[in-house]
Amino acid sequence: MSNKDQTAASTKKISNYITMIVAIVMALAIIALLLAGSLYYNGTTATGSTQSGDYGAAAVLAIIGLIALTMAGVTLYQSRRQVAEMKIEIPKVKTTIGCTNTGCANKTVREFQRGDYVYKELDTPCEKCGGKQMVTAIYKEVKEKEKTYAV
Amino acid sequence: MYVMIREVENSLRKLKYIKEEGRKVTIEAIKEIGKPTTDPSARVDRFLEYFTIGPQGMDPAGIVYKLDHILDVRDERMKDEVKLMAPASDEVQVNNLENTLEAAMALNFIYKVIRHYYIQGKKTLSLYVIMQIQMILPMVMKEAEAYASALKAFAYGQPIGDGAGPLIAAKLMHGYEIRKLHKDCVMATVPFAGRTALVIKAEGPGGNVGKPGDAVETVIEENEGKIAMVVMIDAGLKLEGENVGEVADGIGAAIGGPGVDQYKIEEKLTKYKIPNMAVIIKEDIGDAVSPMRKEINDAIDNAIERVRNVVMERTKEGDKIIIVGVGNSIGVGQ
Repeated sequence: MSNKDQTAASTKKISNYITMIVAIVMALAIIALLLAGSLYYNGTTATGSTQSGDYGAAAVLAIIGLIALTMAGVTLYQSRRQVAEMKIEIPKVKTTIGCTNTGCANKTVREFQRGDYVYKELDTPCEKCGGKQMVTAIYKEVKEKEKTYAV
Repeated sequence: MYVMIREVENSLRKLKYIKEEGRKVTIEAIKEIGKPTTDPSARVDRFLEYFTIGPQGMDPAGIVYKLDHILDVRDERMKDEVKLMAPASDEVQVNNLENTLEAAMALNFIYKVIRHYYIQGKKTLSLYVIMQIQMILPMVMKEAEAYASALKAFAYGQPIGDGAGPLIAAKLMHGYEIRKLHKDCVMATVPFAGRTALVIKAEGPGGNVGKPGDAVETVIEENEGKIAMVVMIDAGLKLEGENVGEVADGIGAAIGGPGVDQYKIEEKLTKYKIPNMAVIIKEDIGDAVSPMRKEINDAIDNAIERVRNVVMERTKEGDKIIIVGVGNSIGVGQ
């Protein structure tokens, strides 16, 4: 693999640095949540002393854990989305073939094949009348994602 | 400022990916079509860095012909390079590969300019350097994405949105005797609404815009200036809010590019006092360089009808008119 190919591949990947930070934050968040659970149900603190359910500390740890987990999740999702956005969409292009006989209106649509061009005469005869066929149009269909503005 | 830098950085990463993909697609296309004996990667990399120096404008007299000459040399050089890279390719494929390489060159250039401003902004910590690039970033990204989707279209020889003009001309001239014109253009004499239409387009189906300026000059001179009207049909950039495939007509030379062809056409039309009408099919920059959208293809008949109306309203029966389909003829025969 050449240097240029390697850089292209690395651009597509999520940065290792970000993945590492997200993993650490997620691990800490899970620990915080476990501790919160432990405090809530057992009343046991990290130092081992037994109390009768420290609800305040459990709530604080749970909130910290949840916030950290959410932030890590959002960061991971955004990084993945950025990678997904880095795809070049290749549109599906269609070729319309029509019969050259004026009386025959036979038309077929198929996927574009390399070598097709508008007004190219084809060797395959028309299925209906056996006449010569020709490429009459080549186009892509776009499903409009754009917002419409009523102005 | 940090938010702006992050935004530019993310876009720059995407541009780098698009640029690398462009290079990859180009090399694959050359290998597949041109069957080179050696790896073309090094030659492609050199090609991507090519530049053209425009003529000196301190004394503007004659600058158009100097620019014309430079563009001719550039075109010839590019074709020669492509032939060396892809020895097994025919003329149509050479044109298509040349277009593919030009799209890859454009992507490479966009990436390098954005990177330049990004690094300069970080080095100088100047808000204004970063801000000016961040402000135009959405348009730059749109253009880069358009070129990215154009790469495959050029490599496969699919008609692009810019080919609307040649497609209309092809529809008018199909079935009539075709004559070659200088340079890379074709012409047919066609009966049109009771008039004689001399229909001109770039020669297809290879990726080619020809030199419509020279072609129109030649045809006008051949007819000693006895032309009732010139109608130019081209793809026109739409504004946001307008629909793709809308047809509009007006006056003037509807032709883009560096301006050489427009200058030549205007010169000749002024000399013989020939009125110049224009019909455009609206599309945005992305549509112009990517495979032709159905809406543009469907607008062809509408545009021909508009040309017919313009011709019937402004010329008499039996008159001779010129109809020029301006644009890239890739994927459009005649």
